[in-house]
Amino acid sequence: MGYPHKPHAKETVLLSKHFGEADARTYKGWLKRGGYEMLAQALTMEPVRVIDVVKESGLRGRGGAGFPTGLKWSFMPKEKKKPHYLCVNADESEPGTFKDREIMRWTPHALLEGSAIAAHAIQAEVVYIYIRGEFTEPWAVMERALAEATAAGVFGAIKIHLHRGAGAYICGEETALMNSIEGKRGNPRIKPPFPAAAGVFGMPTTINNVETLAAVPLILKKGAAWYKGLSLASPKSTGTKLFSVCGHVQKPGNYEVTMGFPLKDLLYDLCGGIPPGRTLKACIPGGSSVPILNREETESCLLDYEGVVEKGSMLGSGGVIVFDDSTDMVYQIMRLARFYAHESCAQCTQCREGTAWTTKILERILSGQGKTADLDLLLDLADNMTGKTICVLSDSCAAPVVSGIKKFKQEFEDYIAGRRKPVMVA
Amino acid sequence: MSVSTHPTPQPGTEEYEPVFVGKALEQLSEILTRYPTRQAALLPALWLVQEARGWISDRNMAEVGEVLGLTPAYVKGVVTFYTMYHQHPVGRHFVQVCTTSPCNICGAEAVVKALLDATGAKELGATSPDGKWTVIEVECLGACGFATPVLVNDDFIESVTPDKVAELVKRYK
Repeated sequence: MGYPHKPHAKETVLLSKHFGEADARTYKGWLKRGGYEMLAQALTMEPVRVIDVVKESGLRGRGGAGFPTGLKWSFMPKEKKKPHYLCVNADESEPGTFKDREIMRWTPHALLEGSAIAAHAIQAEVVYIYIRGEFTEPWAVMERALAEATAAGVFGAIKIHLHRGAGAYICGEETALMNSIEGKRGNPRIKPPFPAAAGVFGMPTTINNVETLAAVPLILKKGAAWYKGLSLASPKSTGTKLFSVCGHVQKPGNYEVTMGFPLKDLLYDLCGGIPPGRTLKACIPGGSSVPILNREETESCLLDYEGVVEKGSMLGSGGVIVFDDSTDMVYQIMRLARFYAHESCAQCTQCREGTAWTTKILERILSGQGKTADLDLLLDLADNMTGKTICVLSDSCAAPVVSGIKKFKQEFEDYIAGRRKPVMVA
Repeated sequence: MSVSTHPTPQPGTEEYEPVFVGKALEQLSEILTRYPTRQAALLPALWLVQEARGWISDRNMAEVGEVLGLTPAYVKGVVTFYTMYHQHPVGRHFVQVCTTSPCNICGAEAVVKALLDATGAKELGATSPDGKWTVIEVECLGACGFATPVLVNDDFIESVTPDKVAELVKRYK
């Protein structure tokens, strides 16, 4: 198993403070580190007070959408007439993202404590932690931690269960995740109704990402004002964020920095830069579903929700994929399109057909059979795939295609004009 | 084709050995206490079948349906949605290699080739003649910083490169 790196001086190590400490995974070890104190305190607080603190902290969802967490919790009915549920999204499947895996395997109790605090805040008696099927090791760690903490009775009346996925990217979409828990195909649902009104089993439900919940005990401990103060640029983005960096960097891994940290410093200082003899070509800053940035945009980008939007992309899940100048962008965009074609649930025509045809056309271009009109065709398809479906999987496929054609058009044209050697596409 | 040429497999007939007896049944009963509906136990029940039998046959699906009050067609609809459920027998060592973009740019395709050669499985999805190995390519395994990640059954192995493949295969002989 890969051990995390020694923290870099420019990191702000809060969530990842205990990464690499085997003892932190045990219940006793977690208590020694001050664990479960905040849960005990939260359980004595009025649920609405807990929500207020989280609202005040400015914490926003770390799964991709960046929705304010306290506000999301406040959508749950105040007066409880039906069972309430909390679903924890640990289906981390976004290419480029591997931070929740690290939280679960090193600090499982941080997630459990945060989940129980959230459950109390939204008055849920049952929590389902939905872990993707391939995460065998995090599952084992979580299972042990849950058994220990449950036996110690720290959760009071709150019941926490693990639920194993079985290989479907789309189950990371919150309504698909709920269907999957219910024993159904993971098809996303039409909204409204929103989960807070009718979620899992038709009951009021909140769905939160692993990293979001792991931050909650820290916020209660040190206070909303302290958390809010962790912000280097936009005041609308607070706290720290784990960035998973992969691809062409010397030291890939998870790095925790304060919101607003320069992407350039993350890549060149923390990650040791691009491999020797190579230069940066492009970067996907928030997991494969967000638009690609070119070198200039990457090197001037600040890592918070607003900063990345300013450069024409999104912070997403914080999965940073780095491409150096040896990268065939057309081929990589085809690989990404293929991913979405493989993962489409096939409910919506625009997505089922659009992801498949996008892949086919890209493969055609790579094999030297492309036509000049293919680029417009791809953009037209992408337009039909954006904002027209039940969920955003289809939009996610369109994002790298549109930004790729816009920023690396020459590479597409080289294949089409026969200036570049065709690639055998398996 | 008439329906009668494909009779619905009936659990409990003499040649069928049910999965949900003894320990597996106890496990399922415990799982059922976690959810307000029986249907919600479907994914966990299918995992129990796969653990017991290595794959999920039509007859197994019918049994799961029987136990949870679902039709065989419904169960099949769910099984086919999720890629980790095997609808056919696979090699004793089932190998999943990530080849999505971040791993692709770090050399995942060469890892796949080395695994196909070293295991004797030769072709993606095929099983080696000795029945030991099946190798497939999968989309993102969620460990992009440790390219190339490989799952051998439940063992998650990080940072696999072609030169590490021979040793990896030897470990599972």
